[in-house]
Amino acid sequence: MQQKEFIALVTPFKDKLYRMAKRLLVSREEAEDATQEILLKLWSKNESMGQYKSVEAFAMTMTKNFCLDRLKSKQAGNLKLVHSNYKDETVSVQRQLEAEDSVGWVERIMEELPEQQKMVLQLRDVEDYDYDEIAQMLDMKPTAVRVTLSRARKTVREKLQQKHSYGIG
Amino acid sequence: MELDNYIEKLLEKYFEANTTVAEEKELGNYFAQKAVAPHLEQYRPMFNYFSVAKKEQFTKQVPLNTRKKINYGWISAAAAVVLAFGIYFGPDQYQAYQDKKEAELAYEETKKALNLLAENFGKGTQKMAYLNEFEVARSKVFNEK
Repeated sequence: MQQKEFIALVTPFKDKLYRMAKRLLVSREEAEDATQEILLKLWSKNESMGQYKSVEAFAMTMTKNFCLDRLKSKQAGNLKLVHSNYKDETVSVQRQLEAEDSVGWVERIMEELPEQQKMVLQLRDVEDYDYDEIAQMLDMKPTAVRVTLSRARKTVREKLQQKHSYGIG
Repeated sequence: MELDNYIEKLLEKYFEANTTVAEEKELGNYFAQKAVAPHLEQYRPMFNYFSVAKKEQFTKQVPLNTRKKINYGWISAAAAVVLAFGIYFGPDQYQAYQDKKEAELAYEETKKALNLLAENFGKGTQKMAYLNEFEVARSKVFNEK
């Protein structure tokens, strides 16, 4: 496969991979590095790519595994995630909306979710994948995806309600 | 009001994860507008955040190296052929080489031996030169008489 073809193949979903990586790793730099590494890995496999039914799903699974490994090695090394670039990011996000603070809350609430819930919520509500695709990407049963998703959505709702009633959280 | 009821129903399904992607889009569109029923206002940040989060992009360039990959399969096949040739023809070649070396050695040895012989012959003729003296002396004796 030529470089051009590869880029054409990858372009539709590379942003999705990045957003998934950022959801898990939080820091923008780390998510960028991770996405880059995953795209390079994919490129190095480009000869065998025809075997995969959906390159996009395969790439998403790679992203998930890569980021979870990263997180694991981080915990083992006793390193804490640094959210230094977090504020700037949300300021630009907030500008586009009237309900400024509360949108930032949702991002923070999502950070607190367990990884599985984070990923399901990301893939469904941000990326609009259907249940079967998500099940394939995360190697889960479709029913388990629904249960996890419902749980994640309810948690976000609950925490959002708490913040609403207590003011700034 | 009707719309609000409909949205409420959708929300209920949404939190049970029973909505379709299309229905979730409807929810997103509903919360994207300015006027939202007050009791539904609390859900707005969620859907607004999701639609904003969709827009984030990966901007980093990925350096894809285009250098041709070396096909190790062919290289190993070629190496095997060369090796097989070597094993098959190698001993013959080696034997021929050894024979040649032996012949050369024998030639050198013969040459050395012949040289030695020639040298010794030379020495012989040198010594024979003294015989001339004898001849000279003899002629002196006989001629002067």
